Amino acid sequence: MIGDTILKLNHVTKLYPGVVALDDMNMEFREGEVHAIVGENGAGKSTMIKTISGAIEPTQGTIEISGEVFHKLTPKLSREKGVAVIYQEFTLVPVLSAADNIFMGEYMMNGMVLDRKGMEAKARELFERLHVNIDPRAKVADLTTGFQQIVEIAKAVSKDAKILIMDEPSAPLTISEVEAMYEIVDRLKSEGVTILYISHRMEEIFRLSDRVSIIRDGKYITTVNTADTNKQELIKLMVGRELNESYPERQKEAKETILKLDKVSGNGVKDISLELKKGEILGLGGLVGAGRTELAQLIFGSEKITSGEIIYKGRPLKIKNCQQAIEAGIAMIPEDRKQHGVVLDMSIIENTTMPCLKRISKYSVINPKKEEDVTESYKKSLLIKTPTIRQLVKNLSGGNQQKVVLAKWLAMNPEVIIFDEPTRGIDVGAKQEIYDIMNQLADEGKAIIMISSDMEELIGMSDRVVVLCKGRLAGSLSKEEISQESILMKAAGAE
Amino acid sequence: MKKIVKSKEFAVSMVLLALIVFFSIVSPQFMQAKNFFNIAKQIATVGICSVGFSFVLITGGIDLSVGYQISLDIVVTAVLMNSFGVHWVLACIIGMVMGTAIGLINGLIIVETHVAPLIVTLSMMTILKGVSYLITNGLAIFKFNETFVKLGQGTIAEIVPISLVFLLVIVIVGVFILNKTIYGRYFYAIGNNVEAAKLSGVNVKRVQLLAYGLCGFFTSIGAILMLARLNSAQSSTGDGYEFSCLTACVVGGVSSNGGKGTVLGAIIGCLIVGVLENGLAIMNVNEYVQEVIKGLVLLLAVVYDTMSLRKNEKVKKIKSINAEN
Repeated sequence: MIGDTILKLNHVTKLYPGVVALDDMNMEFREGEVHAIVGENGAGKSTMIKTISGAIEPTQGTIEISGEVFHKLTPKLSREKGVAVIYQEFTLVPVLSAADNIFMGEYMMNGMVLDRKGMEAKARELFERLHVNIDPRAKVADLTTGFQQIVEIAKAVSKDAKILIMDEPSAPLTISEVEAMYEIVDRLKSEGVTILYISHRMEEIFRLSDRVSIIRDGKYITTVNTADTNKQELIKLMVGRELNESYPERQKEAKETILKLDKVSGNGVKDISLELKKGEILGLGGLVGAGRTELAQLIFGSEKITSGEIIYKGRPLKIKNCQQAIEAGIAMIPEDRKQHGVVLDMSIIENTTMPCLKRISKYSVINPKKEEDVTESYKKSLLIKTPTIRQLVKNLSGGNQQKVVLAKWLAMNPEVIIFDEPTRGIDVGAKQEIYDIMNQLADEGKAIIMISSDMEELIGMSDRVVVLCKGRLAGSLSKEEISQESILMKAAGAE
Repeated sequence: MKKIVKSKEFAVSMVLLALIVFFSIVSPQFMQAKNFFNIAKQIATVGICSVGFSFVLITGGIDLSVGYQISLDIVVTAVLMNSFGVHWVLACIIGMVMGTAIGLINGLIIVETHVAPLIVTLSMMTILKGVSYLITNGLAIFKFNETFVKLGQGTIAEIVPISLVFLLVIVIVGVFILNKTIYGRYFYAIGNNVEAAKLSGVNVKRVQLLAYGLCGFFTSIGAILMLARLNSAQSSTGDGYEFSCLTACVVGGVSSNGGKGTVLGAIIGCLIVGVLENGLAIMNVNEYVQEVIKGLVLLLAVVYDTMSLRKNEKVKKIKSINAEN
């Protein structure tokens, strides 16, 4: 029955050697509700989900699904009981088509052979329901991050789940995709599906959820009706202290031009001309797949320019690879932190000094003292929370990992810094710190390019915004002109 | 202290100790100083080659041509000395240059074509084998300069083999490269996450090339020591050494999946393999049975290596998702 308890955690505890990941959690979820779960990174949200999905076994406590009590679940059992999870990281097979991925393991058969036509038709139907135009035959590897996420959602939806757990589903999506996903969530809810919605974004919690549960440090704090609360209260409950997500004003004016793009083409973008000044934050807006990251890769030299020119400090910048860009003083904080930003199995110190190793070594022999000094100084100035700089990066929270990426570039003393989705998957407290660092860097005269799909962030942080659409420049907005509407109009190619 | 006990090298040392205790109990000959130095002499070549081999493994590659690199290095050096009358020092230098060049060619093909290292070096192994037999016609070359032979057979103070000194020096050089230099750091970075390394400004191609080049270089030193010890060169001499190196490295905790391991671990791995071979020989275990045991040891080590990697969250997650489907 709608409104009855469908899922319950009773005293669920999960211990890892030396860490209490979940501490005596008691939660209950009602059938047909959208139940948001919030908490800082490392609060235990992912661990909690994994106990429900059967990926991990709780040390203590029981999980109750539709009245059945389980001491532990397996992924298969959890699936059978109607639980489906959309993970933060994709679980798709890149070389297979979208349709093949959706029906993986539950292929439709035509006698002995796969019913490809049937699967493709069904996949197309699913995509239409999601209001997206994806070719079911397209290889997942060829789709953009945004579209891959949608295939993931379609996969879960196709299984008619009773309890759908969504772990930050909107993070990589563009505005229109997010809207489409909201509609799907609403529709599923009206069909009686229970949705556990994990998110960092306040606006979507208030847009979607009926109730919100807060977790902090592995403990369940409380559950409130969304209608009875507000953003400030939630943030306060999450971090256990007062905190405002704000975008501090910068006082200093932008100075001379440092980087100029003249009709740059290549890597999927065409005829991009723009200027970047010292001491400013230039926002790069547009939908996922509009060519923002691709443009950044051209500037950073990790992809090749086919025509046009980049003028850097008054001279044409001819770079063949990113090493040369780095030497010239350009840095990029990539979108995919774990794959491209850091080496997870290496320590903070090893990650921090990776680009600047040559500078702190003599005859290729590393100077351990200098290495330690550099890392310690950035650990202090960027407030990287860790007992020791010998800690492996994989043991850090998302926010601290991002600070390590920052540290490694700041150690190179770059003049142009490209931030690609700087706060994706980072909790509220660390987000604010990243913003402060970015502002400080701009005040110091660094030129910053920021790519962001988070509208609030793009508007709040940028001095100017350049909007891309389908690989081309759709327009440029000055500080006064920046607004959600003006960015969206240009991003959608409406002008 | 806790850290030492927890390290992989410690666990492997315990295995080594267990093996030594076992063989000491079953065979009284085993526990003699002479036998220990005998083992040291035998593993000198594998040990030296394993240093370079571990570099390649750490960058995420593999070099299966090591065995026949040894054969060709040996044969060429031997021919230079005996047929062409080249001074042994010069012959050794030429052998080492050639060994390094073979490694660099391996590396060059791998970084430029992106063909899997396994395939490239397997092909190289067959090529080197062919060339080496072409030179010798399958016949042995023997009797070299006495000073040269001393490198492999001689002892210091009547007891410590000179080859052991070579091994120690190479190990120290290897540890230094891996822990103290930029390139050692890059080896680990590339083996762990090649994309992140590249985006951090690491010249991935050059570093990989260096790893294969060093592998060829160290292999040639190991080969020359072996030539001196055997005082005879045959094209079949190096056969199977790639297997011994791989076993030693993996047993010693150098991951065949790249990014993990130490030179010290690889050397302890060599000792385990050496002690096992020596112990089994002393016990008069059938030669073919020995082969079976060696194969099992590698299999066990690789399985353990991969299983411990599975503890990794990500693999766990993929597993759970596979189960879900």
